[in-house]
Amino acid sequence: MLDWRWDFTWEILPRLLVATGNTLLAAGLGYAIAVVLGLVLALAQRTPFTPLTVVVRETVEFVRSTPLVLQIFFVFYVGPQFGIRLSPWTAGMIAIGLHYAAYLSEVYRGGLESVPRGQWEAAKSLNLSTGRTYFRVILPQALPPSLAGMGNYLVGIFKDTPMLSVIGVAELMHTANAIGSETYRFLEPFTLVGVIFLLISLPTAAAIRLFEAWTRRKLGMS
Amino acid sequence: MDTKDVSGFPLALEGDAVPMVSFRKVTKSYGSLVVLDSLDLDIAEGEMVTIIGPSGSGKTTVLRMLMTLETINGGVIYVDGQPLTHMERGGRLVPADNRHLRTIRSKIGMCFQHFNLFPHMTALENCMEGPVHVLGLSKKEARERSEELLAMVGMADKRDQHPSRLSGGQQQRVAIARALAMRPKVMLFDEVTSALDPEVIGEVTNVIRRLVSEHHLTMLMVTHQMGFAKDISDRICFFYGGRIEEQGTPDELFGNPQKERTQQFLSAVKEAT
Amino acid sequence: MSYIEFLSQYGDRIVSGTLVTMALTVLSALLAVAIAVAAGLMRMAPNMAVRGVATVYIEIFRGTSLLVQLYWIFFVLPLFGITLEKFTAGFVAVGMNLGAYGAELVRGAILSVPRGQWEAATALNMSPAKRMRRVILPQAVLIMLPSWGNLLIELLKGTALVALISVTDLMFQVKQINGTTFMSAEAFGTALVIYYVLARFMITPFMRWLERFMTRKMGRA
Repeated sequence: MLDWRWDFTWEILPRLLVATGNTLLAAGLGYAIAVVLGLVLALAQRTPFTPLTVVVRETVEFVRSTPLVLQIFFVFYVGPQFGIRLSPWTAGMIAIGLHYAAYLSEVYRGGLESVPRGQWEAAKSLNLSTGRTYFRVILPQALPPSLAGMGNYLVGIFKDTPMLSVIGVAELMHTANAIGSETYRFLEPFTLVGVIFLLISLPTAAAIRLFEAWTRRKLGMS
Repeated sequence: MDTKDVSGFPLALEGDAVPMVSFRKVTKSYGSLVVLDSLDLDIAEGEMVTIIGPSGSGKTTVLRMLMTLETINGGVIYVDGQPLTHMERGGRLVPADNRHLRTIRSKIGMCFQHFNLFPHMTALENCMEGPVHVLGLSKKEARERSEELLAMVGMADKRDQHPSRLSGGQQQRVAIARALAMRPKVMLFDEVTSALDPEVIGEVTNVIRRLVSEHHLTMLMVTHQMGFAKDISDRICFFYGGRIEEQGTPDELFGNPQKERTQQFLSAVKEAT
Repeated sequence: MSYIEFLSQYGDRIVSGTLVTMALTVLSALLAVAIAVAAGLMRMAPNMAVRGVATVYIEIFRGTSLLVQLYWIFFVLPLFGITLEKFTAGFVAVGMNLGAYGAELVRGAILSVPRGQWEAATALNMSPAKRMRRVILPQAVLIMLPSWGNLLIELLKGTALVALISVTDLMFQVKQINGTTFMSAEAFGTALVIYYVLARFMITPFMRWLERFMTRKMGRA
């Protein structure tokens, strides 16, 4: 039954901690890509050029509605089929970055939509260029309502990094699996993985909630 | 004083003319804000009492505490001789538990400013809900009672409509029928016309007039409709700062107010109408 | 091999995988709804122990990833004497994971029902259980339906992970096909399209229909 071996636990812990570093790196990089790409996708849906908006819209819907793990396989294996070899890390970053860019573009869209019409009209009456309008007037106002969603997806991307294990990225889940296969002991590695995830995601989620409340206060609850 | 220190209060009210509702030294505060300050108020059986006063004077709180929607911080409320907010345990009064609250609460019914009809039920179903699921009546009995009451409030033809299809005045009348279907001994009306357009206020006040003249229910009403209050009330209480500033028959209070605050309030109201 | 040839040769495996995916989705959805309602209500119970149990469950299942939970249920639970067959482990993991998210939806919706409704039910002297069942929950259901639509799509996507414990769903089938033919674009691409069709043209319309149905039933339309 409950046959927990502490000596084994301490033995594997360093290896798991190194893998945690990889996990955090993957999550961080993926999130950085998603934040920037997501904004591009959101803005692309607001151009007057209809074919572009439609294509982007459908692509975003497609990426959001299909499993990330399948997208990871797709990116990793399709490249070689056409002669492009991608390392697991590169393929993983592209897939996860694109997937979360789609989610974040929806968050940005919501934030942009929440900016009152009057702001656009005021900018136009002052004859501001589109670029200036977005940069100085609209985006700063679209940001606070978007922070909640952005925070959620930061935690989300961290929790999705185990999917990268399926193409061999040496993150936490992959390492735990490897330890399990080598030693035939799954109890300690898998439980530790769960604990490590909780130790990182719960405080992060709490910090994000506090941050949300702080920004709301700073803006006078608007 | 807190609710636990009620050693000086009787376990029950006895005697010949036991008031239907009795507030004894009732206090209510939100933190440091005192909303009701050691209130003493008796309402006799069959009496119709209206509470008037400026906002923040505690008038709505009186009703809400009677309906157990708010807790009290001091004193005891009695209904039909029995304590409502407390119960007897080993010869002493202790704060009431949920079972006791529900037993005494069954004697009280309330109509709200915003009607609060159940949107997912028709008018008839709204009225039947309490009788069937709380009183245990059969569907047939509950339906007969509800249809009778809906007819009394003039809503018989709308009994299969959902609240979203009814006007404010119509919804409020259904709400009155719903409360009456529980056959309460005390009816509470919390600003029931304040959310209505002026032209439909009459619908609702007429229903209440009929109730007063035909049914000798004990009633407690909070309203801004002074003319209406004057017409149907046995007694008017003017609340100020969590206390009864002055009370008397409508003629006495409206015709010859003694206290300065009462006079100020009444003249301000007159200017507004 | 052209795409048509690809489909005719491997189509039946893809179809059988799709059916398994759909079955998993339905079963985990049922489990998730049951858990969400139970945990959501428990989170609002006056008893601190009851609340605590629900909160711990929700935080654990929301704070760790589905893949970790899946592996744990399939590989570690047997050590505690609970051995689940892999299909069962699959939908139990997905159901329990999304049930935790659903619990917050349930709680949020219940709290969104206007105060006046709670008070009117109290004024009619309803017991808390009756009040919840007859007045609050019906109105909460309508409030939470749109969010449940999104959750169901997440559920569908989640089922893909069970391929990693060798359940023969759509994901598993195309992984096998890719392994033997290396026609990755055809295999994975077809799977992507099928998931998309299931999400956009089955789940979403179904939820819209459900919303319309409930709105009419609640007399709001």
